[in-house]
Amino acid sequence: MAERKTIELGYEGVPTDRMRMNVGPQHPSTHGVLRLEVELEGEIVTDVIPHIGYLHRCFEKYAEKMTYLQLIPYIDRLDYISSMNSEWPYVMGMEKLLDITVPEKVEYIRVIFAELNRIANHQIAVATFGIDAGAFTPFLFLFRDREMIITLFEAASGGRLLYNYFRIGGLSGDVPPTFKEDCLSIVKQVRNTNKEVMDLLIYNKIFVERTANVGILPADVAINYGVSGPMLRGSGLDFDLRKAEPYSIYDRFDFNIPVGKGEVGTVGDCWDRNVVRMYEMEESCRIVEQAVAQMSMEGDVLETIPKKIRPKANEIYCRAENPKGELGFYIISDGTAIPWRVKARGTSFVNLSVIPEISKGYMMADLILILGSIDIVLGEVDR
Amino acid sequence: MGLLNRLGDPYNAEGVILGTMEQILNWGRAKSDWFMSFGLACCAIEFMAVNASHFDFMRFGTIPRPSPRQSDFMIVSGTVTMKMAERVKRLYEQMPDPKYVMSMGSCANAGGPYWEHGYHVLKGVDRIIPVDVYVPGCPPRPEALLEGMIMLQSMIRKEEIFKKRDKIKAEDEAKDIKAV
Repeated sequence: MAERKTIELGYEGVPTDRMRMNVGPQHPSTHGVLRLEVELEGEIVTDVIPHIGYLHRCFEKYAEKMTYLQLIPYIDRLDYISSMNSEWPYVMGMEKLLDITVPEKVEYIRVIFAELNRIANHQIAVATFGIDAGAFTPFLFLFRDREMIITLFEAASGGRLLYNYFRIGGLSGDVPPTFKEDCLSIVKQVRNTNKEVMDLLIYNKIFVERTANVGILPADVAINYGVSGPMLRGSGLDFDLRKAEPYSIYDRFDFNIPVGKGEVGTVGDCWDRNVVRMYEMEESCRIVEQAVAQMSMEGDVLETIPKKIRPKANEIYCRAENPKGELGFYIISDGTAIPWRVKARGTSFVNLSVIPEISKGYMMADLILILGSIDIVLGEVDR
Repeated sequence: MGLLNRLGDPYNAEGVILGTMEQILNWGRAKSDWFMSFGLACCAIEFMAVNASHFDFMRFGTIPRPSPRQSDFMIVSGTVTMKMAERVKRLYEQMPDPKYVMSMGSCANAGGPYWEHGYHVLKGVDRIIPVDVYVPGCPPRPEALLEGMIMLQSMIRKEEIFKKRDKIKAEDEAKDIKAV
């Protein structure tokens, strides 16, 4: 186990009582409205009980009332940091139900936007994790670059945060004429900043001391809890849906799956989870570069959008690799224009469930870091 | 720079400003508003972007405070659910007077997209706490939030401090007479 547990605190003479403490729901480091009920023995965490439901926004009720197309804005608001990625599995599932093949150009634009949104998501994840550890400057650097990505998204879709851009069978509109140049300049800028952040934050001695050997998630525990995404890969398992079952056109690109190696501590600690996100940004940059080189700007993105969306009675589960992990939608249709049920498999909900397991025995200050390294979005936890 | 213009030439003048106590207090209060850093939903991400380098919220003299006891105003950024409404109200009550509330985004203004079937969503935060500035949008653009901040500042500058108590007293007496 971690070195930290063996630190002599010298509390023998001081009687410590067990204490129950509330963290949240408005605590700044809970990343939203999560309440943690923490049981403490002195300064050591002995139990954590997460209380959720502070952002339950009735997604499944809306799925019963809205048509297939009207539901897309509500899917944006599940994982509101990576909306483009969230829309994709739903749209892909509906295309399979309706038996639509989308044009190549649409596939390329989807891949590029999904990867850019993955970069934007990881920028927020690393920035807020830095703030949790006490580093404010990387936050300013990373948000400066995020503005470039958002400006491109806004030019294409009209929204800065919630895009409503993917349509069943296509996209809501074409990309701007300077799309390719914008993508390449973003990739260049992201690479420059990431190099700086690696020195400034990731290999900073204070940061390494805070995060190495903290919150170790062994690979078998990760599999048992169904954890996915950078958290699973931080534990040393190279499972990525883009490689394991390549959907869309991901089999055409050459990219690696970064995994945690325990470079400064143990495999699966907070530092590993964080550094996996940094390497994934680089891999996303590579995919964007390849996609921009292969893509042609000719073609219509609206031609395969069906006039009427009325799938026959059927059911489908469609999943895709979100920045946070596996996001899946289970859609049941009954032949009408309104889905019978849409169930979302929220990544953050599953990833959050592991926190009581990995935070026992660490200090209270480490619990904040463990929570930050999971990278949750409460909109997706509570739905 | 309204107040400094009255100095005339700042190097040769005697440095005397004539004004009421109220004006000076309001000037100071409007230019150093501390807000409670408290995010609820999607709008909080946009609010983080406003706080970051590109839009730089701190040039308005605002500083994020994690505790309601130290803050002057509160930005309700996102959907307020029934479970959270209780906490939002309690946080508002913990803030010291004078206090202001800015409602950010459609959800906090009136329920937004969750108005129709949202059985667990409060249809507007003004049902539980008084709101001074409403910023529309889903989520609002950062520029919209900055304009909301400017409006809040101009509101604070027109605040009546000393006569307020007399007025309230007169109103209460009038009410008492009515009740009798």
